[in-house]
Amino acid sequence: MSLELVDVRKSYREPGGALLPVLNVPHFKVNEGEQVALIGQSGGGKTTLLNVISGITRPDSGKVIVGGVNVTELPEPARDRFRAERIGIIFQTFHLLPAFTAIENVMLGMAFSGKQSRSYAEELIELVGLKSRMNHKPGQLSVGEQQRVSVARALASRPRLMLADEPTASVDLANQDNILMLLREACREKNVSLLLVTHSKDVSSQFERIEKLSEFNQIEVHA
Amino acid sequence: MNLVSIAYKSMKQRWLPSFLTCLSVALGVALMVAVLVLNNVVTTMFQQTGSGYDLVVGPQGSATQLILSTIYRIDSPIENLPWRYYQEWLEDPRVEHAIPFNLGDTTQVGDFPIVGTTPQYFLVEYADGKKFRVGTDEFGLRGTWDAVIGSEVARKNGWKKGSKFKMIHGGQDDHVHDEEFTVQGVLEPTGTPNDKTAFVHIDGFFQMSDHSQPIRDAIRFQANFFKESEEEVIERYKDSIDEILKNEADPHHHAHGPIPDIQKEVTSILLVLKGNNLQRSNRAFIIQGELREGRRSQAVNPVLVMARLVKDLVGNIRLAFLYLTGLIIVVSGIGIFVSIYNSMSDRKREIAVMRALGARRTTVFSLILLESALICLLGGLAGLLLGHAMVYFAAPIIEARSGLLIDPLAFTLVEFIVIPILVAMASLVGFLPGLTAYRSDVAEGLQS
Repeated sequence: MSLELVDVRKSYREPGGALLPVLNVPHFKVNEGEQVALIGQSGGGKTTLLNVISGITRPDSGKVIVGGVNVTELPEPARDRFRAERIGIIFQTFHLLPAFTAIENVMLGMAFSGKQSRSYAEELIELVGLKSRMNHKPGQLSVGEQQRVSVARALASRPRLMLADEPTASVDLANQDNILMLLREACREKNVSLLLVTHSKDVSSQFERIEKLSEFNQIEVHA
Repeated sequence: MNLVSIAYKSMKQRWLPSFLTCLSVALGVALMVAVLVLNNVVTTMFQQTGSGYDLVVGPQGSATQLILSTIYRIDSPIENLPWRYYQEWLEDPRVEHAIPFNLGDTTQVGDFPIVGTTPQYFLVEYADGKKFRVGTDEFGLRGTWDAVIGSEVARKNGWKKGSKFKMIHGGQDDHVHDEEFTVQGVLEPTGTPNDKTAFVHIDGFFQMSDHSQPIRDAIRFQANFFKESEEEVIERYKDSIDEILKNEADPHHHAHGPIPDIQKEVTSILLVLKGNNLQRSNRAFIIQGELREGRRSQAVNPVLVMARLVKDLVGNIRLAFLYLTGLIIVVSGIGIFVSIYNSMSDRKREIAVMRALGARRTTVFSLILLESALICLLGGLAGLLLGHAMVYFAAPIIEARSGLLIDPLAFTLVEFIVIPILVAMASLVGFLPGLTAYRSDVAEGLQS
């Protein structure tokens, strides 16, 4: 599924009342099945960009077109549904729910899309190499294992677009490559477009297409 | 994975506050169940007692006092009726059984009320379909100095067949009578005031000092009661009066043996009427009307009087208890609100993650309401179980003490509406935390 941003602008209001521009993207596109590494400095608007793409945050203006659907025009419940069905998200700090086991966290990823299947969740857990630990809670898993669960959770709703926000930032170097390989393989196998945000050159160097946020986000960066 | 299982897992995650709020709801509901069951027991006890008699006939005065003294033995008798009046009822063709009752004295040990009556008292039903049963083969009360005692009297005083006891005169001097009665039987528990009563043979009761009227007072009393001249009364009891006056003139004579009818009085008379239920009701209604016109006595339906008393008195106590338990449940509701509301700041991230995974605002709102409802539901169900378990364990003790059979599984109507009320309360207390979840900012929550 392709992704296209057209004239997307987003500002936040500062405590003093002044507007702080964060995004000003005249055009940005990811083709169907393409894998893109997006690099940028801290405070450069990377997370806001992902939130705008996923429909979590509404831009002030512009279009976010995902698979031909202008997400910005959808009312909030429809955006939620669209996100649940079409977009997978991987967070830097995993955001696994501590009360749920690994398999339950994966199933939570499909709970709001109406496509629940325990066997598929088990398949994903097996895919990330955690079959023997599927009934462990996040607190009983290592950091690397937790991120692998979050990869499985992001794939659970059978998304067409994967957004990964610094997925390897919290894991050690040994796990970094494993997780990256796992994520890229899974996306390639399922023909899922991948937009991965990172500030690590080691990570970005593994992608054929690397984009610098500062090059297409036409605002002054507040580092 | 559905919303219920997600809400349940959230509760489990915060198991201590969830458990404590559940417990507070459970205790409130258990208390309510216990109050309702006990209220039913008390109401049943009050309403069934005396339901075996169609009418209680007594002197003019308070109908409630007549029933409280005759059936419940918790009030003093109004006045006396002549024995001849009781005999008239015996001969009334509408009457199946007329049982004389004499009250006022108490046992020397334990201060239990004494009833002087005839053996017939034990042969009629004391409540609908319930007859007295004794541990021994016979009811006793055959001889003048025989007694039958209630189960509670036997238990507290340690009396059994063959035990002897004296009684305290219920008049103004409160002296102990010299005469002794012998226990011939112990009643099985009935759950009525009979359990706390000692029954003595009415002949023995009359033969005790101060229990028979002085002859001149008796003549005057009868004349007044039956609207006759004293001469007419004297003529009616001529032989007895001559004998009494002769004995009074003899300084060596000691009054022992049967008391002449003219000197006998009763405090009330229990009537069981002839016919089927409808006929009995009609006859009771007619008799009540007749006595109202005659104005020398009254006839009272014990069930109606007690139903009114229960409604006025016990009903209010029940209402007060229900208000109290309702208040406890409301306080529990506030506890649930505080618990969930306080957890909202900790759950900001959890809610944001679910929203990021595609959960709608209404979904996370429902999730919080569901959690509140689950706490109320689990607490409510635990409370119902706990309440009935309490009744289950208390039932044998209450039965042993009062004879009341309590069914621990007997549900009252109020219990069936407790759960819907709790769910409504859960929706109310979960609304504000739910709204917090509804309004939460996903991007901000993910950063927290």
